[in-house]
Amino acid sequence: MQPFSFTQARSEDEAMAQLRQNSRFIAGGTTLVDLMKLDVETPAHLVDINALSLNKIETLADGSLRIGAMVRNSDLAHDAAVIKNFPVLSQALLAGASAQLRNMATTGGNLLQRTRCYYFRDPAYAACNKRRPGSGCAALEGFNRIHAVLGGSEHCVATHPSDMAVAMVALDAVVHIRGPKGERQVKIEDFHKLPGTTPQIETVVEPGELITYVTLPKSAFSTRSAYVKLRDRASYEFALASAAVALDLNGKTIRSARLALGGVATKPWRSHEAEQALTGGQASDQAFRAAAEAAMKSARPLRYNGFKIELAKMALVRALNEAAQL
Amino acid sequence: MDSPGWNRRSFLKAAAAAGAAAAMPDIAVPEPQVKPDVPASSQSIRLKVNGTSRQLNVDTRATLLDTLREQMGMAGTKKGCDHGQCGACTVHVNGRRINSCLTFAVMHDGDEITTIEGLADAGQLSPMQAAFVEHDAFQCGYCTPGQIMSATALLREPVGNTDDDLREAMSGNICRCGAYPNILAAIKSVRSQHS
Ligand SMILES: Cc1cc2nc3c(=O)[nH]c(=O)nc-3n(C[C@H](O)[C@H](O)[C@H](O)COP(=O)(O)OP(=O)(O)OC[C@H]3O[C@@H](n4cnc5c(N)ncnc54)[C@H](O)[C@@H]3O)c2cc1C
Ligand code: SF4
Ligand code: FES
Ligand code: FES
Repeated sequence: MQPFSFTQARSEDEAMAQLRQNSRFIAGGTTLVDLMKLDVETPAHLVDINALSLNKIETLADGSLRIGAMVRNSDLAHDAAVIKNFPVLSQALLAGASAQLRNMATTGGNLLQRTRCYYFRDPAYAACNKRRPGSGCAALEGFNRIHAVLGGSEHCVATHPSDMAVAMVALDAVVHIRGPKGERQVKIEDFHKLPGTTPQIETVVEPGELITYVTLPKSAFSTRSAYVKLRDRASYEFALASAAVALDLNGKTIRSARLALGGVATKPWRSHEAEQALTGGQASDQAFRAAAEAAMKSARPLRYNGFKIELAKMALVRALNEAAQL
Repeated sequence: MDSPGWNRRSFLKAAAAAGAAAAMPDIAVPEPQVKPDVPASSQSIRLKVNGTSRQLNVDTRATLLDTLREQMGMAGTKKGCDHGQCGACTVHVNGRRINSCLTFAVMHDGDEITTIEGLADAGQLSPMQAAFVEHDAFQCGYCTPGQIMSATALLREPVGNTDDDLREAMSGNICRCGAYPNILAAIKSVRSQHS
């Protein structure tokens, strides 16, 4: 591991002030320490943000939920307001990683976690545009079973691994970011970027910016929501395909819907096509299947991951059935 | 990786992949080693481990796991994967279970750490330790400290009562010997005494 210097910040101001050349904030460390051991991340300085008071979950006057960036994934999953009003988020968090890792992982760090693409994680492979821009993509012609069928480019087909972020996409979450130029808010749908020609740029967060909060607006669909995750083993494993859905029903009529997919796309994937297919129609297995077809219409399989297209449809239909029955 | 070029891991990976996939990317080209732009640095921290406070000088790169094992001489906490994928390194920090391999010791100045060495009270095994012995909940024993630290923490967590709930709550601890049925039995016996 490369040597690095280390400071601890007690406030947001201190955290910003302690930044130097090639610095990273460190929160739970479950992504960063892992990748530093692999020499994939080589920061010269770490600013520890664990002492910041961004560790609260608050219901605001307008009914929205404000989640501090340092709230641990386990605390968020077991929060009474989350379980009651945003069940898809609790389910997604509990489907992720392990109990130990969830005690470490934070809301901000989870959004910024990096892909599990094997070629990205191992610098012994020369070609990885995300790790070394311009070097090529070993996965395109390599073993790409875990890679993306949606949102890929000829430069990168790595999936975004987060479960939490997929649920947040279905909940219209807003990410609050603080930088040298002040604070801004970004809709979660716009937070992660498609790889395009610059797969090394994964989110809108610029170097030196701090995620402070994620807010979840009160909505008509958030309570009737569910998460389904399909993977190689029952637990402690990343998604091959997952679906987060939220429905606003009037009897059997779907007033509005939110559908997001994980494990199959280069970013937490919202499917407007599937939402449109459902809106105004009746909640039925047939309608759910049609929506799943719409969601995967533009999917493009690689050599080893074609099975994900069918798997994602199954995850969506199952999640829709679960949510409709609530 | 400390040295450039082939190592055991990339060799095994290439050998395994050659069997699995037809077209494999070229992996023989090593990444040029990045020149460190800062010298190694160390810091003084205070750790309270199993009730005893110790002042230590640690390299910023030292994980909590390596600090416990190599600097403090407490080898009870095990290193399996060193990447958060097995749970052998599970310890409690301020009462909560975490993977000590994925956190730097410098991040724990002032924290209270409990390791497997801290569970027994005056030579008396903790109820969970005793239950693991009673139920024969291990074979080689390598994963056992991590299993017991997880199982002990779980008693304070919101975990349901079915076997599946318990299996899910214990999924962060892999046992290569497959002692899972007996681990489950041990935990259930302690939980039933608790309630
Ligand atoms: C074995 C294993 C299995 C896993 N399984 C799953 C899974 O099934 N599903 C899943 O979703 N995830 C899974 N994860 C990933 C895990 O959820 C993430 O590693 C974790 O959420 C990252 O959060 P952290 O606080 O530990 O981040 P860190 O490692 O501390 O930080 C990650 C990145 O975010 C930056 N950062 C952190 N906080 C902020 C902030 N507030 N502002 C700006 N930058 C910040 C850091 O600089 C760093 O670049 C798994 C991880 C491991 C190791
Ligand atoms: S898919 Fe992306 S992360 Fe994986 S090797 Fe290709 S460029 Fe790198
Ligand atoms: S050694 Fe820490 S999880 Fe395997
Ligand atoms: S007892 Fe051998 S690994 Fe669990």
